[in-house]
Amino acid sequence: MFKYLLRRLLQMVPIVVGMTFVSFLIIKLAPGDYFTQLELNPSISKETIEELKRLYGLDQNLFVQYFKWLVNALQFNLGYSFAYHKPVLDLIGERLLNTLELTLTSFFLSWLIAVPLGIVAGVYRGKLLDRAITLFSLFGISVPNFFLAFLFMYFAAKTGLFPIGGVVSQNYDYLPWWAKILDRLWHMAVPLSVLVIGSIAGLLRLVRSTIIDELNKDYVKVAIAKGLPYRAVVMKHAFRNALNPFLTLIGFDIAGLLSGAALVEIITAWPGMGRLMFEAVMSQDLFLVMGSLYIGGIMLVIGNLIADLLIALNDPRIREKEVEGRVV
Amino acid sequence: MFKAFSFFLEGLYRKSPSAAYSLVFLLFLYFVAFFADFIAPYPYDVQFRHYPYCPPTPIHFFDEKGNFHLRPFVYGHKLVDPVEKRYAVDYSKKYPVYLFVRGEPHYLFGFIKTDVHLFGTKGGHLFLFGTDRLGRDIFSRLVYGTRISLTIGLIGVFISFSIGLLVGSIAGYFGGIVDSVIMRLIEILMAFPAFYLMLALRSMFPIDMPSVLVFLVIVVILSLIGWAGLSRVIRGMVLSIRENDFVKAARVLGGSHLYVILRHVIPNTLSYVIIAATLSVPGYILGEAALSLIGLGIQEPFPSWGNMLSEAENVHVLSAHPWVLVSGVAISLVIIAFNLLGDGLRDYFDVKLER
Repeated sequence: MFKYLLRRLLQMVPIVVGMTFVSFLIIKLAPGDYFTQLELNPSISKETIEELKRLYGLDQNLFVQYFKWLVNALQFNLGYSFAYHKPVLDLIGERLLNTLELTLTSFFLSWLIAVPLGIVAGVYRGKLLDRAITLFSLFGISVPNFFLAFLFMYFAAKTGLFPIGGVVSQNYDYLPWWAKILDRLWHMAVPLSVLVIGSIAGLLRLVRSTIIDELNKDYVKVAIAKGLPYRAVVMKHAFRNALNPFLTLIGFDIAGLLSGAALVEIITAWPGMGRLMFEAVMSQDLFLVMGSLYIGGIMLVIGNLIADLLIALNDPRIREKEVEGRVV
Repeated sequence: MFKAFSFFLEGLYRKSPSAAYSLVFLLFLYFVAFFADFIAPYPYDVQFRHYPYCPPTPIHFFDEKGNFHLRPFVYGHKLVDPVEKRYAVDYSKKYPVYLFVRGEPHYLFGFIKTDVHLFGTKGGHLFLFGTDRLGRDIFSRLVYGTRISLTIGLIGVFISFSIGLLVGSIAGYFGGIVDSVIMRLIEILMAFPAFYLMLALRSMFPIDMPSVLVFLVIVVILSLIGWAGLSRVIRGMVLSIRENDFVKAARVLGGSHLYVILRHVIPNTLSYVIIAATLSVPGYILGEAALSLIGLGIQEPFPSWGNMLSEAENVHVLSAHPWVLVSGVAISLVIIAFNLLGDGLRDYFDVKLER
């Protein structure tokens, strides 16, 4: 197991390095840099800008720059943001918490709701309940999340039931712990419901179709024929076999925890990574962009890794072949 | 040609009626996109400065006293509160709606100069979906916007699927070192958070480019992001296809590698590819809309469904004038249609897809 994990972790390294190098090239290829805007400002002298560029190491060869950045990044020293004059790690840290708060809640909520609903829809295939669930999921995957965000914001603005923008109320510090949690949930209601509806819809479809596939297989018929209760057949046999594709999806979800909600965050004014990244890219804040991409990329490969591990844990065939190296 | 199509449509209808309706709906929208200048009552950039955020003017058959009129009409609207942009219906003014009415000149197909529009009023204003902050007719802009949203999906899918098919089948067909190198590259590409990659790629180009160029840049960016996942699936399929005897036979008979890939391997993936293509069109529509929404896509005054929505970003505008959301409804409808069509095609070709 440990060897397998180590091998997979080593495989991650070239991917992250390759990804960051490509992003470095992309940002460098873009016309101008952060300092072109500063040069337009008459109150900043040319010498100051040269000095700043030298300070940030921007006068060096491209590859040297990248290499220096990489060596530092491997120690999680992500440099300084030009625009905020703060270490990138601190900047990302603040926003990252907000984003994770939102995306993790949505992640758990949507899995908790979607899996049972999907199983129900699959078991009662073709019935009214299934049709209703399928219809809902069709709308959920088709209505773009930014449009849904606007609809919820319209609702929030009209009724005044939910706040728009902001993470906590002003009196947050004086609230007891349970009210703090409620306060946070209340503030994230709009972006959260948008995200949850979107991801439930996609999940539902997957859960439903895999359950239907499994229920049509011979071993299910055998299990029913030998007199097992139907509930046990569905939960113990079919569901367990249908798990593999979901576990892959969990990996994708973990990968998307950081950037998946970016657009919704931008629209609903949620102070997360989305807006930070948007502004950083637009102002060509090199190290901030690189840092966000770097952490985003790491999240993605870790997500895939977790998915592979979960699949190996669930499926003995894969476990023996991949992890223990036995030929089946 | 037409016969073959109607045969296909009938078969599709038998398998899944909703898919057939979606196909007809989408074809209708392409028709609208083609004749947009003629169908829209006003050109996209005409500003009625005295009618900012005018609410939709519904078409009536019955007047306020309940009398029936054979020719439908719209009431006039008066701006009563210029600050809050509130309007009152002016029941004393009725403007009949005519077909083939003369209005603003435009160029049909880009070169036939004419001033005939499909419908409109004389004297009054016909704003089916209201107007935006500059007093431009939202319905007309929506009609023009079909051009962007409906073509971007097709072109984008065409580009990314050409790349994805070729790269995927090369990787699967040759296997070995070629396969590993290509797969590693794809993994790198897939390690990017897609939205951030889109932003970073867009920042490589100046914001204020001519609209046609912006359109091309967006298509290329979205295609560059989109092909990786597809070629992974294609590779998996090709891995099993190449073991077939007909592939070996084609090789033995002297076909070159490229010939075998193009004539024998790729056609065997086509039913999957058609479905996957249909289901990935929404991604391009959404990508364009998202970029335009945050101001990096199609620039004003050219309308796209995405940049029309950007007015809704202001909560006050949104809550006072909800009709600015109408392009979002249009996007949703088109995406529902593409999803239904994709699902129907899957039943029609009877192919099993994961997800």
